[in-house]
Amino acid sequence: MTGWLGPEEWQAVALSLKVSFWATLASLPPGILAAHALARWRFPGRQLLNGLVHLPLILPPVVTGYLLLIAFGTRGPVGGFLEDLGIVFAFRWTGAALAAAVMAFPLMVRAIRLSIEAVDARLDQAGATLGASPPWVFVTVTLPMALPGIVAGAILGFAKAMGEFGATITFVSNIPGETRTVPMAIYAFLQVPGGTEPAMRLVIVSVVIAMSALLLSEWLGRAVAARVGGSHA
Amino acid sequence: MLEVALSHRFAGFALDVDFTAPPGITALFGRSGSGKTSIINAVAGLLRPDAGRITADGRVLFDSAQGAFLPPHRRRLGYIFQEARLFPHLTVRRNLAYGAWFAPRHALREPRDRVIEMLGIGHLLDRRPAALSGGERQRVAIGRAVLSAPRLILADEPLASLDAARKAEILPYFERLRDELSVPMLYVSHSAAEVARLATTVIAIEAGRVSAQGQAADLFSDPAILPLGAREAGAILTARVARHHADGLTELDAGGHPLFLPRIAAAPGRAMRIRVAAHEVILSRHRPEGLSALNILPGRVLTVAEGQGPGAMVTLETPAGRLLARLTKRSAALLELRAGVAAHAIIKTVSVAPGDIGAGGDTSEAARADQMPR
Repeated sequence: MTGWLGPEEWQAVALSLKVSFWATLASLPPGILAAHALARWRFPGRQLLNGLVHLPLILPPVVTGYLLLIAFGTRGPVGGFLEDLGIVFAFRWTGAALAAAVMAFPLMVRAIRLSIEAVDARLDQAGATLGASPPWVFVTVTLPMALPGIVAGAILGFAKAMGEFGATITFVSNIPGETRTVPMAIYAFLQVPGGTEPAMRLVIVSVVIAMSALLLSEWLGRAVAARVGGSHA
Repeated sequence: MLEVALSHRFAGFALDVDFTAPPGITALFGRSGSGKTSIINAVAGLLRPDAGRITADGRVLFDSAQGAFLPPHRRRLGYIFQEARLFPHLTVRRNLAYGAWFAPRHALREPRDRVIEMLGIGHLLDRRPAALSGGERQRVAIGRAVLSAPRLILADEPLASLDAARKAEILPYFERLRDELSVPMLYVSHSAAEVARLATTVIAIEAGRVSAQGQAADLFSDPAILPLGAREAGAILTARVARHHADGLTELDAGGHPLFLPRIAAAPGRAMRIRVAAHEVILSRHRPEGLSALNILPGRVLTVAEGQGPGAMVTLETPAGRLLARLTKRSAALLELRAGVAAHAIIKTVSVAPGDIGAGGDTSEAARADQMPR
């Protein structure tokens, strides 16, 4: 593989995988929480939360990236505070992961929310009458029943993170080896003469990764569904 | 002992009840939509009533005056739902273990193996709910509730979604729960036959209020407080199996009088509940002769209740217990039936508890002793 891909291209692929992996992993817990809250709880401000979650989906990515820069830049209110703790997002691969996570969040929450809504809420009541407190009901009933949707949501989020461009380039720029993920490498290659060939190779890699993610999610979804709703143990 | 007093307002419907459930099976009995399920949900904590107080063995579950509301998971009640509600992602074994896992260590619990044996679900333990029949699912749901070490079992129409054959399969398990376990039970039903067979105490619910409460046998033989139509009316008698005859009949001893019905599988000496539907009883002022009927009980008229239609409901005190007879107003007048006069009840059909399912009781084990070939 390294022979076929140039070192620069390989670097972009590895970085993309790293960024997307952490973006997915970090956004999964809040994603599940938000999806559960939106699916099951009735609280004031629910519509506001719904709007906030979906905002990155409707805003131009450049705007999202700029807002991230304002908030998480080293002089931003959040970024400055985090810098004191030793956590830096601006112009680092961690920032690319943050941008990818924010952009992938709505898609992930939607998928998980649908699967939680599909779990019969009357099973929650059954769990409660059997002595399970709401957190236990969530862990022992809702979560395992919604697992196919959670897996699908995570893979969807991963795929979206792999493709993130606008918010990332606005927030953390296009720094080779630090924030230059596959889409940004393709963009950079296309800006220089003779770059079509490496760009094409990265396009092929992108297609392969996307297709693999899709097939994996289908397969995992079916395996989990069989385990959860199947007829025999 | 469960004490319930609550009122709650729904859109277009008000619930206002006050009753006490002693040990044994207490049936909440009434038509669909009368508020039975809301009451049981309030006891379970799935519904928070507007006002009232609910205590179980002196422990306050809900008290609006004090603002006390114990959440459902801390009430320790086993709820058997109408649609089983087993966890589809868990095997039967893990469904059964679910409640026990949350029960306190010191809780009095039924031995697991005995419950599994009693419910006949030992061979299902490794299956998932999707691979069970409706009756099997309901049995597992019963086991799951019982094994959660509950202080009280709540059952909401647990048989309503099953066909007659499945009902016949499950009813005996409820009888065993009543007879073999120490846990009291609140049982919601709209079926007179089910309630007659299972209940120790009956709370009749009508349009969100308690219309009558008392012992099952008393309540079902009182036409004035019967919360159901005349078609379903019927008295409950207790009889003992006397002997089995060679001609295929079983003789029961009902207060010193014999009652015959096709052979039933019960050992002599065993007490059983029998249900005599009001429309299966004919009255005669004199002891009838030359009649094919075998089952005749002498008695005395207690009341004659006349409804708005052409029918009348007569209550008869017999040595075997109170009987209800449904006749026309015209017959009641012709026979000059009134309180105090002697009369004989000719019973066309006696149905015995094990087959006493469904409105008419005309299932395979119900008996038309007078029409049996001899």
